[in-house]
Formats: sequence, C-alpha cells, structure tokens
Amino acid sequence: MIAFTLNGASVAVMADPFAPLSETLREALGLMGTKIGCEAGDCGACTVLLDGGQICACLVPSAQVAGRTVTTIEAATPLLARLRSAFLAEGAAQCGICTPGMIMAAADLLQREAAPTRVAVMDALGGVLCRCTGYQQIVDAVLRAAQGFAGVEQEAAAGAAVGASIARLDGWPKVLGTERFGADAAPADALWLRVVRAPHASARFTLGDLEAARIAWGLEAILTAADVPGLNGFGIMPHLKDQPVFAEGFVRFRGEAALALVGTRAAVLAVPDARLPITWEVLPALLGVAAAQAGGAPLLHAHAPGNLLVQGRVACGDVAAGHAAAAASASGAFETSFVEHAYIEPEAGYAIPHPDHMEVHACTQAPAMDREEVARVLGVDETAVRIVPTACGGGFGGKLDVSVQPILAVAARRLGRPVRMVFSRIESMASTTKRHPALLRARLSADAQGRFTAFELDADFNTGAYASWGPTVANRVPVHAAGPYRVPHVQAVARAIHTNETPAGAFRGFGVPQAAIATESLVDDIALQLGIDRWEIRRRNAIGRGDATHTGQVLAASAGLPECLDALKPEWEGMLARVAAHNAGAPRQRLGLGIACMWYGCGNTSMSNPSRMHATLARDGRLTLWNGAVDIGQGSTTVLAQIFADALGLPVGQVGFVIGDTALTHDAGKTSASRQTFVSGRAAMAAGQALRARILALANAGEDAVLSLRGTVLQVGAAREIDLAALPEDLEGEGRYDPPTTALDADGQGTPYATYGFAAQIALVRVDTALGTVKVEEIVAAQDVGRAINPQLVIGQIHGGIAQGLGLALMEEFIPGRTENLHDYLIPTVGDVPRIRVHMIEDPEPEGPYGAKGVGEPALVPTAPAILGAIRHATGVTMRRVPVLPHRLWEALHER
Amino acid sequence: MIAYHRPTTLAQALAIRARGPVMLLAGGTDLYPARTARLGWGDPSQPDVLDLSAIPGLDSIAHSEAGWRIGCLVTWSGLAQADLPPLFDGLRAAAREVGGAQVQNRGTLVGNLCTASPAGDGIPGLLALDAVVEIAGAQRMRALPLAQFLTGYRATALRSDEIVTGLLVPHRAGARSGFRKLGARHYLVISIAMVAGVLVCDEAGRIAEARLAVGACSAVAQRIPAMEAALLGVALPEAAGVPRPEHLAQVTPIDDIRASASFRRDAALTLLRDLLESLAA
Repeated sequence: MIAFTLNGASVAVMADPFAPLSETLREALGLMGTKIGCEAGDCGACTVLLDGGQICACLVPSAQVAGRTVTTIEAATPLLARLRSAFLAEGAAQCGICTPGMIMAAADLLQREAAPTRVAVMDALGGVLCRCTGYQQIVDAVLRAAQGFAGVEQEAAAGAAVGASIARLDGWPKVLGTERFGADAAPADALWLRVVRAPHASARFTLGDLEAARIAWGLEAILTAADVPGLNGFGIMPHLKDQPVFAEGFVRFRGEAALALVGTRAAVLAVPDARLPITWEVLPALLGVAAAQAGGAPLLHAHAPGNLLVQGRVACGDVAAGHAAAAASASGAFETSFVEHAYIEPEAGYAIPHPDHMEVHACTQAPAMDREEVARVLGVDETAVRIVPTACGGGFGGKLDVSVQPILAVAARRLGRPVRMVFSRIESMASTTKRHPALLRARLSADAQGRFTAFELDADFNTGAYASWGPTVANRVPVHAAGPYRVPHVQAVARAIHTNETPAGAFRGFGVPQAAIATESLVDDIALQLGIDRWEIRRRNAIGRGDATHTGQVLAASAGLPECLDALKPEWEGMLARVAAHNAGAPRQRLGLGIACMWYGCGNTSMSNPSRMHATLARDGRLTLWNGAVDIGQGSTTVLAQIFADALGLPVGQVGFVIGDTALTHDAGKTSASRQTFVSGRAAMAAGQALRARILALANAGEDAVLSLRGTVLQVGAAREIDLAALPEDLEGEGRYDPPTTALDADGQGTPYATYGFAAQIALVRVDTALGTVKVEEIVAAQDVGRAINPQLVIGQIHGGIAQGLGLALMEEFIPGRTENLHDYLIPTVGDVPRIRVHMIEDPEPEGPYGAKGVGEPALVPTAPAILGAIRHATGVTMRRVPVLPHRLWEALHER
Repeated sequence: MIAYHRPTTLAQALAIRARGPVMLLAGGTDLYPARTARLGWGDPSQPDVLDLSAIPGLDSIAHSEAGWRIGCLVTWSGLAQADLPPLFDGLRAAAREVGGAQVQNRGTLVGNLCTASPAGDGIPGLLALDAVVEIAGAQRMRALPLAQFLTGYRATALRSDEIVTGLLVPHRAGARSGFRKLGARHYLVISIAMVAGVLVCDEAGRIAEARLAVGACSAVAQRIPAMEAALLGVALPEAAGVPRPEHLAQVTPIDDIRASASFRRDAALTLLRDLLESLAA
C-alpha cells in the first residue's frame, strides 16, 4: 500500500512500487487526466505536481510519493480554475492532449510567482511539448490567468456566429482533463494487445511453435497473418491495399507488424520479443531513393517496377523555349528528411466484438475510411463495422491511415472479447507514416524584368515501404510546384519511390512544403541575379484573380496573394532596414530576413471528396448537428457549428453535436487537405439551410423570418410559434457538398481544386556564424483565408503551422532506428517559436461557406523557405538541405 | 515483478547492494527512459532496484572549512536554488539547462555523474570544480577524484557493492565560474557540445588558476590542461583570445545524429572563448 495525499484527499493504493506514478494514477486510481506521451520525460504530457513542484509522472516511482502530496489536473483549486478559463478563452487548447500537462506546469509557476514575466512563463513551460499551437496562445493564457479570471465566451447571437472568436465548443473537457483520448477508456474486461514488430528494415522470418510460446508466457493468443479473416492488407488507395495487418514471412521496414500478443497488460509487456519463436533472416535493405532506383535493385512490390509507385506530372507551354528566352536562370538540387508528425498522443483504442458488428474506438482523422479498411480486413460488409472516434490528440495527417484499428478488430473477432492497445512512443514513431523525404532538382527562369518564364521540377519522394498517401503527394506536388506565380512554361514531375524505410504518407501539406523549399530558393536566386528586391519579384509574379494556373485553371475569385504581399510590405521594408543596421558592423550574430509565398488547393486533387451533414430539431427541443467530421484539434466542431447556426438562424450556443461516430453520422470525409471548413462547412451550411427551409415551410413564413428557440417552443418571425413537442416527427435537414473539380489530363491540365488558399510569410532570423545556430526571432504571416469563420481558431492554425514549418527547417529529422523518441527527434519547444504577427486577408471564396476556405495546411508551407531565405540573407550561404542543423550551417559557412 | 528496495539507512542500502546486482535509483530521470527504450523493442528486462530516496541526510548541500558537500539526492533544482558562491555559477547554469523544469525537479547531480553519459550536463562543471566523489562501500568509505571516477563511455569506477553518497567541492576563494551548452533547440535538449570553467585571478587581475572542461566531445568529458596552462598569467579581459585549436588536440569527438566531429571540435573552441569572455565581463 502506498499512502499519499492526492488532490487534497488521503488515498492508499495497491501499486507496484516501481510502476511510474503516471501508470498508478491512470490504471490503479482511474485518473485519466494525466496523459502519457513518451514515458521518457521528453514531452511533459504527464506533468503533475509533487509537493507543489512540477514533475513528469512517468519518471517517478510510485513508491516515492508515499507520504507526499500529488496534485493532478483533476484537482479543484481556484488557481486551476483560472488557468482553465484562460486556456479556453485564449485558444490555448487545440487537440488538448498537452493541456493537462501545460496547466499543471503553469500552476507550478503561478503558485510560486503571482505575476511572472513572459520569459518566466516560457521557462516554466519549457518541459511540455505542444504540437498544435505554436505556444503563443498558451503563454498568453498563462499570463492572463495570472491576472485573474478570464471570461469564456462560447455563444454568439443568432446570425452572428460566423466571424466570432468564440471559445471552442468542445473545449471544457480538454481543460478539465476529462476529455477521453484513445488510451483513456476501454471496457473493464478488455484484454491488452501488444504488437511484435520487425527489428530489421528488410527480412524474411519463419515462425516456430507459437502455441507453446502462448502457454509459456500465459497469453490468451498470439495472432499472425493467419488470423486475419478477410484481406490481410490495408492502404489509402482503393487499388493498393499493400500493407499487411501482419506480415506474411517477409517485412519491408523496421517497425512492421509481425505478430500480436494478447493477454493481460502485465503478460503482454513481460514477453521478451527475442524469446518468441521467430527466426529472422536479414536481407539487404534499400535505404534512400538512389538505392531503390539503381539498376538491379530488388523490387519491393510486384506492382511497382523499378520501385516506382507512381509519377505525377504537370506540363504547360514549352519549358525549353521558356528557359532559352530568359534573362536569368537559376537551378539547384534540394534535399529534405523524413519528418515525424509527433502528435503528443500515441495511437490507441479498443474494439468490442458484437454478434452482428465490430465496434472500434480509436483516435483517427478518417472514421469512414477506417470503417472501409476494418470491414475489408474482417471480410465483412461495411455496415457490420462501427467506428467511434475518440478525442484525437493531434493528427497532422498521421492519423489518416489506420494504425491500431484493423489489428484490434482482428483480435476482438478472434477472441470474442474486447481488446485494447496503446502504442508506445517508440512504436508510434517507428511504425506510422512520415513526411516524405524529397530530392528536388528544379530550375526557374525569368526575363529581365524578373517576370518568370519557365519552371521545371524533377523530384523523387521516398514513399517508404508501402503506398499510403504516396500517390497523393506525387500528384499534388506538380500542381503546386511552380509556386503561386504566373509562369507560362512549366514542367513538373514528381515520383513516389518505394524503399525499405518507414512508410511516408500524409503530413500537413502533402509534399508541397518540400517543393516550396526548392521553388522559393530559386525565386531568391533570380531576384539576386537581377538585382530585384525579393518582395518585389514575388509581387510582380504573384498569381491573382483572373490568372490561369499551371494546370490551366482560371482563378475566378478568392486569390488574395497580392493582398497578402501588400499587407507585408511595410514590415518587410522596416525589417530590412533593421537588419541592415544591425549587420553593418559585420557582427558574429547576424540578422537575416526571408520571405516566401505559397498556395494550396483545398480538398482532394481532382477527386470527388463529398461531405454530408445531417441536422435535427427534435420534439424535445434539442438541436443537433450530426457531424461526421472529426476535430483533431483544429476546431472543426466549433467552426461547423458556427456555420450551421447562422445558416439556420439560431444561436450557436443552442447547437448540440454528435461527432464522427459512423453509426450516427454521415460520411463527412477525412480531416485532411484543409477541407473540413470548406467542404464540410458547405455541407453544414446546406444542412442549416435545409432545416430552416423546413421550418419556414411549416410556419408558412418568409425567407427573412427570425427564429428563436425556448424549450420546445420555436418562434418563427413575430407571428408564428411551433410547438415542437406537438409535431408528429423531429424536424430534419440535410446538406451535401462535393467541390467541383475535373480530372487532370496527361499533361496535368484541368481543375484539380475548387479553391486555393494563399499565404506569404516573412522570417527574421539571428544566425550565430561561429556556432551555426539559427534563432527565429520573428515571423510575420499574411494569409488569405477567404473568410475567417472563427478568427481565434484561424490564428491558432497559422501559429501551429508556422511552428511545424520551423521544425522542418531547423531541427526535425527522423532516421529509422536512430531518432525513434522525442529526445533524439527534436520538435520546437516554447523557447523556439518566435512571436508571430498575423495579417488575415479575407478575399471571399464564392464556393465556400460564407466565403471561407481551408487554413490548416497553408500556414506551414512558406515558413521553412522563408527561414532558409533569411539564413541566406544573414550569411550569404544558400542551404539546400533541411533541417539546417548547426553543424550543417557551420560546414556550409566554412566551405565558402 | 522486480524486487524494489527502499531502505531508510545507508547501512541497509549497502547491505542490499552487497547482496547482489541492483540498479540504483534516485530521481529516476535516466532509469525510466532507459526502461522505456528497452520496452519499446520488446525487451522487458529490468534489474532489481535500490531506491535511495528514503535515506535521510543525502539531499542537502553542506558547507565546511574543507569546502562543500553535495549529497547524492540533491536535485538540479535544489542546486540552482541553493545559496552558493560564484564558484558554483557554472554548475547552477547547467542545472537550469538540463531538460525542463520537471527533470530539474527530479534529476540529481550525482545520478547524472553515475550515468556517465558523454553528454552529462553536470560533468564538465564538476571537473572544473575539481570535485571529489564520496563513495560508501560495505567495508569503507573512499574518496575518488572525479577524473578517476569516470573510466569510459557510460562507465565509472563505482564497484557493484558501493554507493556514491555525495560530491566534495573544495573552496576556491574569489573564483568565478561559468557554463556554455550548445544544442539544436532551446529547452529539453541534449548537448552537442558544452564547456565549463572556473577561474581564479590574482590581485592584478591575472589568471592564477584556470580549470576548464569540455563535454559531449569525447567518450568522457575532460579537462583541457593545455588551455588551462596557456591561460595562467593572462589578464582576464584577454582570456578569450587564448584558446587555440591545438589546445583541444586531446578531445576525440564523434559524428552522430546531432553533429559532426569537426563541428563539435570547433564549437567547443568557440564555446570556450565565449565562456572566457563572459567570465571577464
């Protein structure tokens, strides 16, 4: 028995003295507010207070809390109440997985220091990683909590929700610690499952006597490929279910699933993989695209000759002629690394086998796709699978593919019992998809006035062992590669190449951030060659309304890049002057300024991606939006409710919602490609309009009738009242939207997207030329969002995208087998993300709901190229490989 | 389940230690991540644990005529908040740059030393302080100069029946000290290279004693006698001009995921110059 004071009360708990406090709090005491992100003290998600001081609960043996005081997010104190309100009011909780740790770290500070400085706040929060927010709104929240209670506004008057910065409607559970993520709930009788993964990048294996092993280790089952009742394969593309649930005697990457152990939690954790009857025969591995493309390289998949999965292409004009006629031409080869999503919530969930269907609860970005995948793996109809999304602790593209879902379903079906699993951080990093490493060879030409004449790209994307979203990346990149500029002659080719590395899939931007690194660097080259200011050359070439894209699509509306650039101009000029003044004496610490632009098509590339939303006004007076779009922290639950409320004409505060459950909601499509506000927003708008039309028809009222709802009484205009309770049925409305696109022809010509987001960013960096370090001091962003449905959420997305772009530029490099944890793989901390200023440009998109379009991915795209441009401005060195680790910059400085 | 020992006297702890292999645990900030790394690839092995945290008297910093004694349970935070002279400024700076506040509140200086990672943030500072390691054994206590305690990559001279009970730091009147760490991000970062130094000046402001150490640039952090010698007699404001590449001939950095060897060598030199410049300020 370990006795201690927990949140003000005495407790005594039977627990393994060596078990980390995080495990005892969650498993023995049922306090799920303390999150587990890494079990290594790297992320701070499990931060609690021990005798008032912040500690990582994953690093404290339970024995050591005996006789001491532990405070967790579940505590009720006035200080925590202030912090909760401030976090909600300031938009400091996005996905919410880091929020309990952040709030506890802040509580540690504020109880010691009532009025801290911003730097003191950053020092206090330095040990908690957030992947969503870029930290600024978190620091603001802590400073605000220090001043007292912050009012939390979650309502807006009827018709006034769109454009209001209301606090996220799903926010309270996140700040209270009651939100249930994938690892936070499961049936009490659920068995635990642990996957045994390949320790080799390429190997054959044979299995020995598994039944003997099962008995020896006290397990319920050891599952193999033979236990998969349906197709032993999954994958994003309808025709490419190439990744096995369990490998069949052959693995293509380190981390691939070979077996699953099912039993009690203690039993599955106690089995040493090395003592299981698996014999590995290690084979040569294809690491990097050069090895995979070499003549005679073994083929990873029969359907991919030359290990080429797919090639995307866009061609317009005559690129050779465009280069030939130019006054200036620049070319270069660029290289990027695998990048890990590093959401703070590792994948987790559970499955419950029902007689007539399988129910899977898991963190996901794509419940409807999960349902398809699970049904195929089980060999059953989709109607026999129900996916219930848990709260999703960050996604960024990494939770678009299934992870735990098919494995859990296979196990639950086989054992006839609920089964749960939680990925370890290492497992999450080793086995799930990454941003594609890219090798980009590009050339850009311009006439004497700096008007671009031709752009050419030839790029290889390392898509790893399985297809995942590789085809999407290969097809999206050529469309965007020449940048948001008028370029008459373009030829862009992108290939997805299989290797024996971690599968690369979807990650915020689908390859566009990598391509922008090349293109924007060449734009700077041309500016330098022609002696034109870098802002000026972008403004001169910026694509705008009425211009045709490189796929021949004319931008009829909502093309606000010129306005973005114009908004940045005063700061660009002011900051250039500051930099010049600072650098005048050739100091060791040099400042540099960079600028980059981007565009980004919202929604799937040339593919149908409909969303369908359903709404009811029930006879009991409850108004519900049945919303299949999962909110992974970006705020779609709130934004869609705002759109729906205004379309209907009732206050957003009256909208209830059901999210994501495939048994209760229609398919709203996946949360990716910056499509939920735009596509599902239009569907939510249509659902609101349909419900409104139904009400108006019932009341025989005019279009402009004002609605109000009190209990079951619906007031329609001044004269009519509907008693909902007296109706024969609930009132319903439904909306569907599929953005208008066309297929691309062999030259990639057509209308791949219904609308595009545009942005430009300025980065100010400080380079220590002796140590090769780069500190980003300021970012100024301008982004055309069409219409900001919820400005605070939009700004949160922009901040978060910038933080990830900064990581891509300066520190993030996933190396299989080397950086499979959050101390060797670095993501930005609160001390790394600078103050960010945002100019929101609202050039309304007629297709979008109230003029809105997507914002999630665009913010990330220009950040890395702007930082690289700033490094060049500071030092004269052009970095063509990211991340720019200190030693890489130092080496480049020394090669000059 | 493993055996988990949490004795309340040092004698009991030594008796447990003498009985068989146990892993020593103080703050757990190295032990648990190592366990997680093993479990991540299906290795549940875990030696029995001897938790020292319930033994009274090991968590304080004591001052005597001989100098300071830092108990083996003193945490980074405890060190940073203690009332100590400028001699300890370097060590305290290191304490504020280890991990985040959570790790600083739990991790101990002695634990950092006993893990003996090349990137152990406390080690260069302790080398520069001429620290002596106080070791309790079943038979006797012994004191070992730090350089002799560290025997290699993650290896120490601690015997399997011994426990490090504290560190002894001799007085150095008028000394100033500092620490510089280079990493690829602001918080929660493992050092690419780091340096620490203690300087004592004579009445004329010339360096009478210099002790400098470099970490993360060889299997074991080390003092750099050639540079120390070159600094003797130098006026403090001139000190930053003294370090030369050849002074670092003894360091043997490696290429790894964080940096290249040649960069580490050069960065160490830059950090030393920066450190000396700041000590002159």
